[in-house]
Amino acid sequence: MKKIIYLDNAATTRTAPEVVDAMLPYFTEFYGNASTVYELGANSKKAMNEARGTIADILGAQENEIYFTAGGSESDNWALKATAEAYRSKGNHIITSKIEHHAILHTCEYLEKNGFEVTYVDVDENGKIKLSELKKAIRPTTILISVMYANNEIGTIQPIKEIGEIAHENGILFHTDAVQAFGQIPINVDECHIDMLSASGHKLNGPKGIGFLYIRKGVKIRSFIHGGAQERKRRAGTENIPGIVGLGVAARRAADTMQERTAKESQLRDYLIDRVLREVPYTRLNGDRYDRLPNNVNFSFQFIEGESLLIMLDMEGICGSSGSACTSGSLDPSHVLLAIGLPHEIAHGSLRLTLGEETTKEDIDFVIETIKKIVERLRSMSPLYEDFVKKQARK
Amino acid sequence: MYSEKVMDHFQHPRNMGEIENASGVGTVGNAKCGDIMRMYLDIDDNGIIQDVKFKTFGCGAAVATSSMATELVKGKNIQEALQVTNKAVMEALDGLPPVKVHCSLLAEEAIHAALWDYAEKHGIKIEGLSKPKSDIHEGEEDEAEEY
Repeated sequence: MKKIIYLDNAATTRTAPEVVDAMLPYFTEFYGNASTVYELGANSKKAMNEARGTIADILGAQENEIYFTAGGSESDNWALKATAEAYRSKGNHIITSKIEHHAILHTCEYLEKNGFEVTYVDVDENGKIKLSELKKAIRPTTILISVMYANNEIGTIQPIKEIGEIAHENGILFHTDAVQAFGQIPINVDECHIDMLSASGHKLNGPKGIGFLYIRKGVKIRSFIHGGAQERKRRAGTENIPGIVGLGVAARRAADTMQERTAKESQLRDYLIDRVLREVPYTRLNGDRYDRLPNNVNFSFQFIEGESLLIMLDMEGICGSSGSACTSGSLDPSHVLLAIGLPHEIAHGSLRLTLGEETTKEDIDFVIETIKKIVERLRSMSPLYEDFVKKQARK
Repeated sequence: MYSEKVMDHFQHPRNMGEIENASGVGTVGNAKCGDIMRMYLDIDDNGIIQDVKFKTFGCGAAVATSSMATELVKGKNIQEALQVTNKAVMEALDGLPPVKVHCSLLAEEAIHAALWDYAEKHGIKIEGLSKPKSDIHEGEEDEAEEY
């Protein structure tokens, strides 16, 4: 197989070898069900609680506030649907942002069909939520505010602490989808007044199919998966012990290496941003230049379309993603890029590259040179570019 | 996702470029939807398409269908070119994913738009050709924003 430069770490990451090593015995040796009385089961329970403790420690939470789920989407669905139901007597209004992940947006749309009212607050041109609008959206019936910690497409980090304070002062629950942020930036649930937080294992070199929901003690939340008494009777189903162990090791590892890793990644990120903006004309950076995930880059290249760009990058062994319609499975480009005010044709030409711990400067240099060639090639094929050049010539 | 033929035409597009003083030019599609195709035809006095070129803003399938459409009309007379349907383009490419079928429609429309332009310029009427719906005339689009 040819060398692959994997720059889609926001989609998923390689499971770290030590994570896999830690998981393996829980498939074949310590396979006991954690709910049983014998020692084999107790081993599983111990490993699970260790992972729970690790995650609680990283977030500044208590062990009994961490609930394992099958991943970020389940956590988001649970947080929204179950609190909506539990707090319905208090009110039926939820506030979120326009740039949330679909796990939040489509859940909100579902709730709207079931009698809830949802306000989708605007973001500015960098993708930051407008706090004044958020405050204005609050009603006596507002029961929940859900705003993502950091955006998966453009990497913008939200003013979570300020949002948490607004929610807290108004006696409203605050949920944050931290799927992209957990393991990338330090998070403390108390400092930010976070009542619920979703995260996923496979974004931080952990396994797929495992995640968790942090639920602050005292939050009324109903069970989402009904059945056995697992997870303090709040999430039924035999625990995914290998996944939980893997998530625990991955979380520890991500926290321990965070400072060094993200310093290196953000340096490479800035190098990539600076060179592409300087060397490829008619290009813009999407998302906040500074309050940005350390590994996220998102460009729009004018006059070209994202899927073509991705296929050509793939032919050179580079994995990236795009917010163009063709890659979203609909006729519209990414809702995030439209929310920050990009016209459709600019949004179609977007490219997201998300670095990982294995990314090197050599990789980035190769990527920059490749992007330059591909963008030039696609522009030479583009009728939009042809018109633009002719217009320039007439001026 | 794509057939080998689609990938081949995407990687090595046939007849990509423009024709100066073309007999007919048609541009179809919509930047909003992410697909724009422009077709240039060079038609001789006997009504034979001597040369054809295209430019496309769009996904892999959009490029491949434009490329294939140019191959299918080159050397043909006008009536034959009108028979090049989106189905013919798709079949020649060994099929397209369902979400990309609209790209082949766009290719058919681009040929029709170029033929319509040719007919208008030469004051003739082409049997069986109606004014293309999504034809974009130059200058109609908003000034592209600069960054």
